[in-house]
Amino acid sequence: MTRLRSIASCLLLFALASCGGVSDAPSTASVLQRGISSDPETLDQHRSRSIQAADVIRDLGEGLLGYSATGELVPAAAASWEVSEDGLKYTFHLRDGLRWSNGDALTASHFVAGMRRLVDPSTAAFYAEMLGDLENAAAITSGDIPVSMLGVEAPDERTVVLRLVQQTPYLISLMTHPSTFPIHPGSIAEHGESFARPGKLVSNGAYRLEAWVPGSIISLRRNEHYWNNAGTAIDAVNYHVIVQDSAEMNRYRAGELHITSTVPPDNFAQVREEYGEQLHVAPYLGVYYYGYNLTKPPFKDNPALRQALSMAVDREQLALRVTGRGEAPAYSWVPQGVNNYEPPLSSFAALSKDERDRYARRLYEEAGYSAENPLKIEVRYNTNDTNKKIAVAIQSMWREVLGVEATLINEEFQVLLANMRDAEITQVFRSSWMGDYNDAHTFLSVLQSNSAANMPRYEDEEFDSLMALAADQLDPEQRKLYLEEAERVMLADYPVIPIYFFVSKHLVTPEVEGWGDNVLDYHYSQQLSFKAVQ
Amino acid sequence: MLRYTLLRILGAIPTLLLVIALAFLMVHAAPGGPFDDERALPADVEANIAAAYHLDEPLPQQFLRYMSGLLQGDLGPSYRYRDYTVAELIGTAFPYSLKLGALAMALALLLGVTAGTVAALRQGTALDKVVMGFSMTGISIPVFVIAPVLVLFLAVKLQWLPAGWSGTTGMSRYLLPVITLALPQIAYIARLTRASMIDVLSRDFIRTAYAQGLGTATVVRVHALKPAMLPVLSYMGPAIAAILTGSVVVEEIFGIPGLGQFFVRGALNRDYTLVLGIVVFYASLIVFLNLLVDILYGAIDPRVRYR
Repeated sequence: MTRLRSIASCLLLFALASCGGVSDAPSTASVLQRGISSDPETLDQHRSRSIQAADVIRDLGEGLLGYSATGELVPAAAASWEVSEDGLKYTFHLRDGLRWSNGDALTASHFVAGMRRLVDPSTAAFYAEMLGDLENAAAITSGDIPVSMLGVEAPDERTVVLRLVQQTPYLISLMTHPSTFPIHPGSIAEHGESFARPGKLVSNGAYRLEAWVPGSIISLRRNEHYWNNAGTAIDAVNYHVIVQDSAEMNRYRAGELHITSTVPPDNFAQVREEYGEQLHVAPYLGVYYYGYNLTKPPFKDNPALRQALSMAVDREQLALRVTGRGEAPAYSWVPQGVNNYEPPLSSFAALSKDERDRYARRLYEEAGYSAENPLKIEVRYNTNDTNKKIAVAIQSMWREVLGVEATLINEEFQVLLANMRDAEITQVFRSSWMGDYNDAHTFLSVLQSNSAANMPRYEDEEFDSLMALAADQLDPEQRKLYLEEAERVMLADYPVIPIYFFVSKHLVTPEVEGWGDNVLDYHYSQQLSFKAVQ
Repeated sequence: MLRYTLLRILGAIPTLLLVIALAFLMVHAAPGGPFDDERALPADVEANIAAAYHLDEPLPQQFLRYMSGLLQGDLGPSYRYRDYTVAELIGTAFPYSLKLGALAMALALLLGVTAGTVAALRQGTALDKVVMGFSMTGISIPVFVIAPVLVLFLAVKLQWLPAGWSGTTGMSRYLLPVITLALPQIAYIARLTRASMIDVLSRDFIRTAYAQGLGTATVVRVHALKPAMLPVLSYMGPAIAAILTGSVVVEEIFGIPGLGQFFVRGALNRDYTLVLGIVVFYASLIVFLNLLVDILYGAIDPRVRYR
C-alpha cells in the first residue's frame, strides 16, 4: 500500500507540476521575443555602460538622432539641425509635440538636463567623456566648475544648441548614443537615483518599461505617446536574459525566441546549413587584438621584434579555421566600413605567407634571437574557448615560424584587466576594442598617449600630433587624410597585433520583417514587424 | 532542549563573523574591481565612481562601514545592479531558488526512498539491479550534462516543455530544472535507503514483527522505515548543500533568476556587496539548517538526548 500511495502521490506531483502551459507564445500576439546575453546594469542611461544596457535603452529612449535599420543616420527627436561655419556650434530643432511616456511634454530643456547630468561628477557617469568636446565639459567632470556652465542650452522649447571647443565631425552620431538622451526632470526629483526602475521610469522612445525581473526578463510595452507610435508595429518586446549562448540557441530552436543575441561558435557551419537565411552575419565595429606591454623588455624600444611576431601570425588561418564565423583578418587597427575612412594596411599585408615568414625570421634574428637563444614570453588571455583556441594557434605559429617559446596563461577576465592596467607582469595580452560611434576616431583615440584605454602604453609624438591636427581640421577630406596618416604611423610601430575584425551574429526568424545588418549592430525593435499571419 | 538551542545559536555568531570577515577579505583580495573594463575609464571619471561607492577608502574602513550596515540589517547597494539593493535582489531571487530546491528535494526523497525500499525488498532480483543501475548512472552524470540533454529532447525535439524559464508562466517551467536537480539526489538517496533498509530488515525486531503475523507493507511502513531513514536524514545536510551548489548550474542553464545565478555572476563581476550578501545569507541558512537537523534527529531517534 505504502508503495502504491507513494507512486500515486508522485504522479500527482507531476500532474500538478505540468499544469499551466506556455504563454506568450511568440507567433500569437505582436510580442517580439529577443535574447540578451546579460542583464543591463541599470536602465539609467548615465549610470549604465554595457552594450546590453544600451540595446534596451535604445528601445526605451530616443536621442536627437537615430539610425536606420541599415545604419544610416536619421532624424529622431530632432527633425533637423544645422552646423555653424566654424563647426563649433550645432543647433537642433525638435519635432513638434514630443511627449514622454506619461504624457508630459518633452522640451529642449530636458535634453540640456540630460547632458548636464552626464558630465556632472556627482552622477559618476561612465560615458562622462562622451561629450568631452563640449565647452567646459572636462572642467565640470573634474569638479572645478558648476555643471550649469556646460556648452549646451535651450534658447526655446524646441531648440537645443551645443557649443564645442574643437571640431568634432562625429558629434551628430553621438546624439544617437543613450548617454545623450534627454532626462525627465520630474522623475529624478521624485525618485532620485532609482528613477529608472519599473513603475518609475518615464521614457521618450517607442516603448515604455513594463517589468524587469533581474536575471530573467525585461518587458517593454508600446509607448502610446511616442511621436511615431503609428509607425511602430510591434506592441511589446521581451528581452530574455540568457547568459549561455548554447542555451539561447536551444530556446531559438524550441521556437521561444525571434531574435538571438549571438550564435554559439561550436558547429557554426552546421547552423549556417540548417538555418540559411535566418542566420545574419555582418561586419561589426570591433577589433580583436594582442597587445604588447611597451613599458618593459623585451618589447620596449624593440619594433623589429614586435613586427616579427605580428608578421608570423597567419590571420587568414585564424579567421577561417579557428573562429570561422565570417570574421575578417585584420591588417589595420580601424575596421573596414567606417564612415569616410579608408584604413591603411600593414606593410606586409601584400606579401605571401612564405615571404612574410622569411622576413619575420630575419627581423627576429636582427632583434638578437635565434634557435639557440629563443624568445621566451608569456601570453595572457581571459578564460574563454575562442580565446584559448586562438592563443594555442598563435603559440604554434610563433614556434614554427620563429622558434618563440610562448607560455599561455589564462586568467579570469577581471584578473587580466587588472594585470593589463598595472603593466607590470604582462608581456603579450589579449584584448579587444568596440567602436562607440561610426568614426575612425573611436578606434584611433585609444592609442593616444593620454588615453586611459591605451593598454599597450603606446606613446608616439608623431601619432599624437597627427591626431591633434585631425581634431582641428574643418575639412572632412583633410581630416580623413590626417587620421589615415596617423594610423599608418602607428601601424609601422607595431604596438599591437590586430588579429581579426568582429562580426555580429544573429538568428532571426523568417516571420520578422525589417531587419537590417549594420556595422554598429543596432536593431531598434520599433523598426521591426511581423509578416501577416496566414 | 531550549537551552541547547540557545547555546547553539550563540555559538553560531562567532562562526558567522568569521565567515563574513574571510569572505570580505577574499572578495577584495581578488584582482580587479567592479568597474574595470576593457574600456578603461579616464582618471577623473574613475575617481568620481570610486568616491560614489566608497571604494577609495582604505579596506579596514570599508569593512567597518560594511559591518555597521550589516548590524542595521543593511546589505548595501549592488555594484552591478545599480538600481537595486543587495537585500532586494536576495529577496526576489531566494523564493525562486527555494521553490526549485524544495521541489527537487521533495522529488528526490519521494522517488529515492521508494526506489531504495523496493530494491531492498527485492534484493538480488532483476528489479534491484535495474534500480541500482539507474542510480549509479544518476550519480555519475553531472548536472551540466543532464540539463542540455533533457532540454534537447523534451523542449527542442518534442516541444513538450519550455526550454527556458522566462516568458512562460505556471509550473511547467519548473519541471525540467527540478528533474535535473533531483536526479543525482534520487540516485544517492535510493542507494542509501536500500543499504540501510537491508540492514534494518535483518534485525530481530523485524523478525518479531513478521512473527506477529504482520504483512510486509505494514512491517516496512510501521517498523522498518523510521530506523532506515536515519542515514538518509544525516545525508540531508550534504544533500541541501549539493542542491544549493547544483542550482547554480541549473539556474544558469534554464535562466532561472535565483540566488545561484546572482552568486556566480556577482563573483565574476566583482560585485563585492552582492557576493558578501549572499555569503552571509547562505552561511546563516546553513547554520540554521544544521541546527534543525540536529533537533530533528532527537525527534526521530529516542536514543539521542540533548544537554
